Amino acid sequence: MSPLFELRDVHFGYYGQPSCLNGVSFCLQTGERLGLVGANGAGKSTLLHLMVGLNKATSGSIVAFGREFQTEEDFKLLRRRIGLVFQDADDQLFCPTVAEDIAFGPLNLGYGKADAMKIVDEILDVLKLTALRDRVTHKLSGGQKRLVSLATVLAMRPEILLLDEPTNDLDEDTRERLIEILIGLPQTMLLVSHDRAFREAVTTRVISMKDGIVVS
Amino acid sequence: MSDLLEEAGRARIAASAPSVSEGSYPHSTQTWIRGLDPRVRILVIFAYSICVIQLTSLPLLAFSLLLSLILMVKAQLQFWASVKRVAMMDSFIIFILVMLPFTTPGVELFSIWGFSASYEGVHQAVVVLLRANAIVMASLTLLGTLDPATFGHALARIHVPERLVHLLLFTIRYIEILHDEYRRLRTAMKCRAFSPSNSWHTYRTFGYLVGMLLIRSFERSERIMKAMKCRGFNGQFHLLQEFDYSRSDYVFSAIAAAVMVAMLTLEVLDVAIV
Repeated sequence: MSPLFELRDVHFGYYGQPSCLNGVSFCLQTGERLGLVGANGAGKSTLLHLMVGLNKATSGSIVAFGREFQTEEDFKLLRRRIGLVFQDADDQLFCPTVAEDIAFGPLNLGYGKADAMKIVDEILDVLKLTALRDRVTHKLSGGQKRLVSLATVLAMRPEILLLDEPTNDLDEDTRERLIEILIGLPQTMLLVSHDRAFREAVTTRVISMKDGIVVS
Repeated sequence: MSDLLEEAGRARIAASAPSVSEGSYPHSTQTWIRGLDPRVRILVIFAYSICVIQLTSLPLLAFSLLLSLILMVKAQLQFWASVKRVAMMDSFIIFILVMLPFTTPGVELFSIWGFSASYEGVHQAVVVLLRANAIVMASLTLLGTLDPATFGHALARIHVPERLVHLLLFTIRYIEILHDEYRRLRTAMKCRAFSPSNSWHTYRTFGYLVGMLLIRSFERSERIMKAMKCRGFNGQFHLLQEFDYSRSDYVFSAIAAAVMVAMLTLEVLDVAIV
């Protein structure tokens, strides 16, 4: 069976800086929850951004759902199917209220207002966040922000979830709740995390990055 | 050190968490003014400002100030907080008020150190003072009690250009984060024994601080843009908040319109008599 998502010999470097990905290759199989570890600055976040086309690889190929993705137009389609949860929830939540923020994605996908609000309520229900529905996003606590930003991504109904250090700054209870939520989700996942216990609880396989390449 | 700051940050979040209730805002008492449709409030205050600016007769201006005061009392604004806000605005125009009598030519009223103050100038100063206060007090009552995000949505619903509305909404969303960032940097500076003085070191340091804030905001805006792209953003925003006119909105608009027309009519007649 061909993998759901595959990177083949991808190179990338930020403009004017030495290259930080030197031939990354790995596969993501349907249904697995893959952990990605590596030192600070190893290029893990860069890699996640590259997987959804926010950074453009200088060489190598990105294959997903049985086709290759190259141009911005391609990646626009890809981003509908791969959800990226950012490291800093404040980057992700920009609408005044929680409900509006969650509805933002579905509305962009072309859902009507009523359908979007239905999705909002469903997602909030699944994540047990209904109490936060009409709260103002910037007044939420750090843990609530993290869970809501996960909800905003899930509202797009992605097939693959990319999570960038999801347990950063979370208290024990919220961390447990997040683990429970992630294990319960059907999506294929790639999780970047320094938190060993979290990885052991959630991931099915772990790969690591060193010197700009992936070693398993 | 960064650990220390993070601790402080967490403590702050923990401390502020319980006080944040469902969409809480400082003005929580319900009065009929706060129940008015935000669009009605914006349009009324817009018309009222234009109307007051047209007035030149002192009795009418005094009457409009009285109206604004009555509104303020009706809305049950916190007294000292409102006085402070009005005083803040007055401090902006105080120089104009002081200078006007001496710069406007006309009949001499009194003189200080050889500079003569004209009757017309004093009249002008009083007019400016009354106008500004009447408008600011009414705005505080009608707009100051609106939640900022609702204000943005209401602007969009009365067809203010979308870009302006989104600038406003983004500002509302991120200004506190920017302020937090500023505070964190300032704390970090204090932790390393920085105390501002009149020295090059201080100026340079503040330069770095502002520069760093600019760079961070710029980078944050790029991350936000990326996050939005990930959720299929294609240049179009969707505003969800809907508003409904109620009976009290119609009554209020009608009374406001009648009062404004009456004031303008009296003003025009007055000028005609003189």
